[in-house]
Amino acid sequence: MSLLSRTAAATLLTMLSAAPLYAEALDVRIGYLQWVPDKGPVLSNIIPEPEDAGLRGAELGLADNQTTGRFLGQNYELETELTGSHEEILAAFEAMHDKGTRLFVINAPAQTVQAIMGRAGNNTLVFNAGAKDDALRTAECHVNLLHTVPSYAMLTDSLGQWLNMRRWTDLFLITGPTEEDKAWADAFRRSAKRFGLKIVQDKPWTFDADLRRTAAKELPAFTQARAYDAVVVADVRGDFGEYVPFNTWLPRPVVGTQGMVPVTWHRVVEAWGAAQLQNRFRALAERDMNGDDYAAWAAVRSIGTAVTDLKVADANEIRDFLFTDKFQLAAFKGRSLSFRDWNGQLRQPIPLVHPRSLVAQAPFEGFLHPNTEMDTLGFDKPESQCRING
Amino acid sequence: MKSLFKHAALAAMIGLSGPAMAGLAYVSNEKDNTLSVIDTETHQVIDTIEVGARPRGILLSKDFTKLYICASDDDTVQVLDLATRKIIDTLPSGEDPEQFALHPNNRHLYIANEDDAIVTVVDVQTKDVLAQIDVGIEPEGMAVSPDGKWAVNTSETTSMLHWINTETFEIEKNVVVGQRPRHVEFTKDSKIAWASAEIGGTVHIFDVDTIEEIKQIDFKIRGVPQDRVQPVGIQLTSDGKYAFVALGPSNHVAVVDAQTYEVLDYLLVGSRVWQLALDKDEKFLYTTNGVSGDVSVIDVDQLKVIKSIKVGRYPWGVVIDPTS
Repeated sequence: MSLLSRTAAATLLTMLSAAPLYAEALDVRIGYLQWVPDKGPVLSNIIPEPEDAGLRGAELGLADNQTTGRFLGQNYELETELTGSHEEILAAFEAMHDKGTRLFVINAPAQTVQAIMGRAGNNTLVFNAGAKDDALRTAECHVNLLHTVPSYAMLTDSLGQWLNMRRWTDLFLITGPTEEDKAWADAFRRSAKRFGLKIVQDKPWTFDADLRRTAAKELPAFTQARAYDAVVVADVRGDFGEYVPFNTWLPRPVVGTQGMVPVTWHRVVEAWGAAQLQNRFRALAERDMNGDDYAAWAAVRSIGTAVTDLKVADANEIRDFLFTDKFQLAAFKGRSLSFRDWNGQLRQPIPLVHPRSLVAQAPFEGFLHPNTEMDTLGFDKPESQCRING
Repeated sequence: MKSLFKHAALAAMIGLSGPAMAGLAYVSNEKDNTLSVIDTETHQVIDTIEVGARPRGILLSKDFTKLYICASDDDTVQVLDLATRKIIDTLPSGEDPEQFALHPNNRHLYIANEDDAIVTVVDVQTKDVLAQIDVGIEPEGMAVSPDGKWAVNTSETTSMLHWINTETFEIEKNVVVGQRPRHVEFTKDSKIAWASAEIGGTVHIFDVDTIEEIKQIDFKIRGVPQDRVQPVGIQLTSDGKYAFVALGPSNHVAVVDAQTYEVLDYLLVGSRVWQLALDKDEKFLYTTNGVSGDVSVIDVDQLKVIKSIKVGRYPWGVVIDPTS
């Protein structure tokens, strides 16, 4: 009897204390849209990229938001669409927008992101979780467009800082033929200037031989030069770059898009609680978490972090909150992350990895900045024309 | 008769070894799967004990005869007998136990299961799982109030304190604090709770009667970027004078006036300082410095770092046995 009444009293107490929270039940709908153009045939096709890269990160972000929301009477919903073309993703965006969705995470090329922004209108918040193009951060900014994926410049600046730190300053640069390769190489040339590096050879990759048979013969001759400290490869889709390490004329390390690589995220990142994020992701997706997954996760978590504090789901209110001092994204990189107020880029440390280990994490000590060392990576305020917060 | 003699001999042996190792500190080494045993008189490591995989949270039984160890990657809590320094038992813990807290009844162990978003309550005598309580993502910090009424769990990614009624095992209140809350510490009288938020860079002070935040403490260390100031472990002196707060990769421990909540000083210790422990007389404070792989010793009267002791790789938790 006495036990029963105690249990009843406790249940009542729980309900009473929970009631005020759930009275303000709130629905938060997020749209995730993906279009990743086919990269074409590549020589190195041994380890294919997962087709749901990005999507599974958004799903994990949603699960994380839900768990928090459960205690606050906030319910999150993720609508996802993996599309096959520029036109398809625009149609999918418009369909979701018409139904009232105002929060979006987009994993698509820069041109597609631009087209979506042309259709977004006011009171819509879009997170770019796929396009690394610098132009989206320096000139072609939008008030309601934020970037959780790092720019090419942030990645190559991380590499440039590291090369400077190691005093490996004379570099042999090989650039692939695609637009992305050229964008990466342009970003690296800028980083080289910023960090006092010298590109002693700057050669485009023009060979079309199958390197599985001929790498050992082709590459030593291709990388012949009097002296360099490291070879830098710009091969974003992974066509020939995998064959450069150990096949260079001089016995030198390979860095860039292959060898040691600056990345958004990688399975070897484990410090700062990252092991837990990696475990949660593996349990969900049955594969390792990559950079696209991380960028989508960070976008969905940014929304969740804002909603937890604001207790509203309005896109404009969330956007404004994300630029206040109150917003800090705990994102397993050892620092609290925030958005740059001039161009909406999420400032973040960049891991430098090789396939089985973390080498280092930029920014490095000694590269100073008046506000935060993280702003030594990528386009700082004076270098960008964007002023999305006036 | 014979058994009596054996006991007497054992007692004598323990008695003999006792004075030589007055005050032992136990440190869990996350990446070595060991505990370092430090003699707090001489400040020397006197033993290294092999334990389960990825030991993190450690705590002493209320009678100081046993040490409980979260062996995170073995998904178990190990029980170390302090007299023999042997693992004598394991407890069901749920997956990936990280931190835990023992109720004053010396039986109910509250374990934060980091990967499962659950707090598991285990009876350490019967080994029964009494309850599994759903909490936020990445439950980490666990504390039970000295009066036994509250168990508080912090969930890192959800950024909440979950206040669990220890009679019903139900959550009675969830409170959002700064980003990535790591640790909770109650005052001796159970009236005030201190909670650290690692990424928020803050410490939140709660009035336990009302479960309302009454104060937020911020930290600023000259010459250290603000985003490296990451509060984790907290220790309160029993006289109510000081709170010590470990500030992670800023490599400093903050000294806070526990009455006015004013930050009095910052003490430079080893790299990535996480957990703290006071010795019996509260004369010395020990800090685990994960990246530099050592333990700093702080003189509490002088508020000075007097020594650093090399331990295993990535020291995580530290406790001090006041009876040894």
